[in-house]
Amino acid sequence: MDWIRDILRAVVGTIIIFSAVAFIAVMFGVLLERKVSAWMQSRLGPKHVGPQGLLQTVADTIKLLQKENIVPTRADPIIFASAVIIVPLAALLDYVVIPFGTTRSGPLIFRDLNIGVLYFAATSSLVVIGILMAGWGSNNKYALLGGLRSAAQMVTYEIPIGLVLVTVALMAGSLSTVTIVNGQARLWYIVAQPVAFLVFLIAATAEVNRAPFDLVEAESELVAGYFSEYSGMRFALFQLGEYGEMFALAAMAVTLFLGGWHGPVLPPVLWFVIKLYALIFVFMWVRWTYPRIRIDQMLNFSWKVLIPVSVLNLIVTAFFVVMAHR
Amino acid sequence: MSGEAIVFYLLAAVTLASGVIVVTSENIVHSAAALVPSFLGVTGLYILLNAEFVAGIQVLIYAGAITVLILFAIMLTEGGTGFGTRQRNEQAAVGAAVAAAMAVLLIVIATRTGWTAGSGTLPLYTPGVIGQSFLRQNILVFEGTSVVLLISLMGAILIARRED
Amino acid sequence: MLLDWGYVAIFALVGAAMVALPLLIIWLISPRSDYPQKFETYESGVPTIGEAWSQFHVRYYLFSLVFVVFDVEIIYLYPWAVVARSLGAIAFWEMLVFLTILVLGLAYAWRRGALEWT
Repeated sequence: MDWIRDILRAVVGTIIIFSAVAFIAVMFGVLLERKVSAWMQSRLGPKHVGPQGLLQTVADTIKLLQKENIVPTRADPIIFASAVIIVPLAALLDYVVIPFGTTRSGPLIFRDLNIGVLYFAATSSLVVIGILMAGWGSNNKYALLGGLRSAAQMVTYEIPIGLVLVTVALMAGSLSTVTIVNGQARLWYIVAQPVAFLVFLIAATAEVNRAPFDLVEAESELVAGYFSEYSGMRFALFQLGEYGEMFALAAMAVTLFLGGWHGPVLPPVLWFVIKLYALIFVFMWVRWTYPRIRIDQMLNFSWKVLIPVSVLNLIVTAFFVVMAHR
Repeated sequence: MSGEAIVFYLLAAVTLASGVIVVTSENIVHSAAALVPSFLGVTGLYILLNAEFVAGIQVLIYAGAITVLILFAIMLTEGGTGFGTRQRNEQAAVGAAVAAAMAVLLIVIATRTGWTAGSGTLPLYTPGVIGQSFLRQNILVFEGTSVVLLISLMGAILIARRED
Repeated sequence: MLLDWGYVAIFALVGAAMVALPLLIIWLISPRSDYPQKFETYESGVPTIGEAWSQFHVRYYLFSLVFVVFDVEIIYLYPWAVVARSLGAIAFWEMLVFLTILVLGLAYAWRRGALEWT
């Protein structure tokens, strides 16, 4: 029964990816964030739970699981509840097209879709709906304002990301992530497309509402933004969505610009992980270095700087790819 | 019943059920939120037709951009409180009768026509094939689309900022 | 190719189940102690003033509007990116025309103040 074996493989693959994201990316990522920020602020991070504080997030998660399940009376129950599922699920769906390395029989990817890059852009845009629903469903001024602003911000920064994805697809001649990685066997695209790389990093930081673009969820501004009314495990699920999305965008940046799994000597998966965490470190470094940007400055920056720059970059790239290819 | 048929009926059921919710719900924000499953159902139907690029576009534009647009538009109006929209008025019975007659007409037409079954498999609508068709045979349509987009953008901004 | 999407569908379903799993756990093991103050909406500790669900500024709508138009433009760029290399110079000029018209749209939106936050 061939198809039963296929279904089983798919289910096991999903569980592995989800667990990897939840533990290595999110739990370890939160801990990494705290340690990195501590290091940059000349203090020690969590140290007590487990060796060097490694089990800190595990302890936090167990604590959150035991918290009471509070749904405010004036919240809209259906929308309140579905938002909790949509945000992490959309972030998780991003991982289908990310190639983690190679095995003997081919690339280590859940499914190499023909429209890989387009699929990634599509699932990233699903997160916005979840955030809007979370903000609206809470019936709380802070949450609603946070949700609307967050949605406006994420939506404006999706266009530079889309333009960069198109530029890299142009260079590789395909929308499939595996083809894009294989096209970098000799030269990583970061060398050929430094502008696009920079635009992607900036837009990715804004897309996941991280500093310096985190006005929408800063404690001093809007309490916690769109997830103000969510407590306990629901809050943890939103964090899963945010950190999961950040890791997915970093993984996509590695795939698009840093040559995916290519590298000498070490096994490919290890190279991928090294490059991924290098980018994550850059994200965290930026967060703890720069001050917060006002929302109108942030949106102006996307529309009036990032988009014209990416369009120009696309035109110049097209010129070189098409004309110089005669 | 083949696996494809089962999936088709499932997707059709999801699309239709959420469509019913969109039309009959009294809470307008629930209506807008129910659009998302119906769009995703249509995405599945596109995939069954081998049109995966169109399916990707459907999620990106419809579920991602248009739903956001509709939600923002709803929140701008009085109806943004979500309560008290009347979905039925005095002519509901007449409307239902007309809709039923229309449905009967369409079903009769669909079942009585002798559809000739195509042979072979569905052609693949990959991005490469679509790109070739854009830039070769349908180039005028392609450029015309950009003009349409420009005009719609200008028109919408004109209307939305009329108070200036 | 259909098999690809079957895998994606399974991924989505299993993923949804795994995301819902923690919610099931808390429903089973979390404590409950109900008193009315706990379920009130949070507004810095004071009773709420007015409805949260009120009318909002038109700028959110304008942002999403311009976003939709540019998203559709990017959609047209994806197939072009795949075939541009093989089609040569004509592909470049066609895309230049397409992009110019849409950049005109961006400039119009900029001039009319549709991209301003205030």
